[in-house]
Amino acid sequence: MERVFTKPVAMKEPRTLYCPGCGHGVAHRLVAELIDEFGLRERAIGIAPVGCSVFADLYWNFDVISTAHGRAPAAATGMTRANPDCFVVSYQGDGDLAAIGTAEIIHAANRGENFVTVFVNNAIYGMTGGQMAPTTLVGQKSTTCQLGRDPAIMGHPIRVCELLQTLGGVAYIARGALESPKTIMKTKSYLRKAFEYALDRRGFTLVEMLSPCPTNWGMTPPQAMTWLRENMLDYYPLGVVRDVGAEEKAQKPVAA
Amino acid sequence: MSEKIPIGEKVLMKGNEAIGEAAVQACCDCYYGYPITPQNELTAYMSRRMIEEGRVFIQTESEIAAINMCYGSAAVGARSMTSSSSPGISLKQEGISYMASAQLPVFYVNVNRGGPGLGNISPAQSDYYQTTRGGGHGDYRVIAFAPSDVQELYDLTMLGFDLADKYRNPAMIQADGILGQMMEPLVLHEYKRPPDLPSKQPWRLGDPSTTDPLLVTSLVLNVTGMEERNLELQKKYDTITENETRFEEVGLDGADVVMVAYGTASRIAKSAMEVARAKGIKVGLFRPITIWPFPSARLNGLADRFDNFLVVEMSLGQMWEDVRLAVEGKAPVHVHGRTAGGIPQQADIVADLRKVLDAKPGEIVKNF
Ligand SMILES: Cc1ncc(C[n+]2csc(CCOP(=O)(O)OP(=O)(O)O)c2C)c(N)n1
Ligand code: SF4
Repeated sequence: MERVFTKPVAMKEPRTLYCPGCGHGVAHRLVAELIDEFGLRERAIGIAPVGCSVFADLYWNFDVISTAHGRAPAAATGMTRANPDCFVVSYQGDGDLAAIGTAEIIHAANRGENFVTVFVNNAIYGMTGGQMAPTTLVGQKSTTCQLGRDPAIMGHPIRVCELLQTLGGVAYIARGALESPKTIMKTKSYLRKAFEYALDRRGFTLVEMLSPCPTNWGMTPPQAMTWLRENMLDYYPLGVVRDVGAEEKAQKPVAA
Repeated sequence: MSEKIPIGEKVLMKGNEAIGEAAVQACCDCYYGYPITPQNELTAYMSRRMIEEGRVFIQTESEIAAINMCYGSAAVGARSMTSSSSPGISLKQEGISYMASAQLPVFYVNVNRGGPGLGNISPAQSDYYQTTRGGGHGDYRVIAFAPSDVQELYDLTMLGFDLADKYRNPAMIQADGILGQMMEPLVLHEYKRPPDLPSKQPWRLGDPSTTDPLLVTSLVLNVTGMEERNLELQKKYDTITENETRFEEVGLDGADVVMVAYGTASRIAKSAMEVARAKGIKVGLFRPITIWPFPSARLNGLADRFDNFLVVEMSLGQMWEDVRLAVEGKAPVHVHGRTAGGIPQQADIVADLRKVLDAKPGEIVKNF
């Protein structure tokens, strides 16, 4: 019988510590599938950030480094600058990337560092028990905004892709979602493009993945998928936000 | 440009630049830094020399980013370095603690300035506690050198890189603005890589020659695992203490008072020694070259032979505490401390030496 589906070699034996319906497992798998596809396992280094994905090494079957909260882009810079032959996937949650690590991600993007960033936006701090994140939606409740996020007091949810896309070092930025097979496949195509650009050393690449956190949203997994679809997609529109390759093509003068 | 560096010859150089050239000679692969006085000459020097040599230089967005870049570079097997001054070193402490736990080598420099807080940009030694107690969170230590002239800044920088690699541990230099900014002649010794440095291949990430996935982390969630890692670190610190403690003794024979001082303070103590001797005060100098590991065992031995100790430091009793711990009450330990740009004055030290000799039993001379 023909085998039509297996786990990627870049993934360890399938077992998960993530909550049912969590998006992290899907995001890890997309990374692993592309590591296989591009044949990068031997020189790949994944970053396990501070957050629920801090044990990414339990899933990824390639080298992993755990970095300090928010500092993944700095550590990734240190690795790729010191050894341009290694392929670094920097992986960050929304608290990690858009709160404590805001400076590091902006400057890595601005310098055009050649690694791939996977940005998992679940609109909440997962690991510490559901506190407000920089990406928590207006009106959304969390343990530190129990009456709902009030922008007059707590500021507005940050759109990371749109914030970063103006920077000179950016090669590719896109936003996908992990809420249905269709958006997952689309997200994978964005990540594939980011891998290609990083391998070609074209500069900074980031793929945001809107991701469910049923546990801290206080929902069942199906409810969480629906909530994501109905609430996050309006504020965080899906699609390619920046693609320097496409821009170059569009600018090329047409031969007369 | 590198051909113009007169290796093996005597040259005149600023302290901060001597550190930079020693790092370049010692095959530092990556330097990351953020501007802060009084160590700016070092970052500026590296910005030119590292790029000339085709190596990595980044002026980072913060001291935090710099140490975390060191973390990344060290994890792929590179020799990495950062430098700063007091407030900036405070910002690096989380990263240094991560590196100590993950057993990654790094070499860094703290050109101390006056504190606490923003303090001032004047020379000081007031980061002694931070330097010698690890500095960040958790049970760990960093190898800390306390050079007293530009030649030593150069030589101990080279040694710092080697010991960091040898023990897979952060190593650093504690200097001050006077050492960093003064010009002095020094010989630019050629760097010789110790033949016994262990290979980084078994643990360095992203290396296709290792097939099993490797993990660099400072996180061990189970209690026994993390305690075991700590015990492993403590064993390493014992080995470092045994092998790497360094100090200098000047004119101890027949001394009635032994001064204990390091770095700039030791230079002033040395000159005060000449003046005091001319006045008939028999005084010697004990100079720690490593402040961690601290030469406690040697000082304890000296306390059997000498009646009085006077600590001279550019901080308010920080090293005094270590000397008292070392001496274990065998002899009185007096202290002359200035801080935040206050420099111990020759005449004041000589006056305190006189007070030490005149002190009644049990009386401690302390100038602050
Ligand atoms: C310096 C520091 N501050 C705070 C923490 C505590 N902490 C651990 S995980 C976390 C939040 C992570 O949230 P996010 O980045 O959104 O990732 P998620 O868990 O949702 O995947 C925090 C604040 C820490 N480990 N280090
Ligand atoms: S708390 Fe949320 S982010 Fe963390 S594992 Fe559970 S579902 Fe995933």
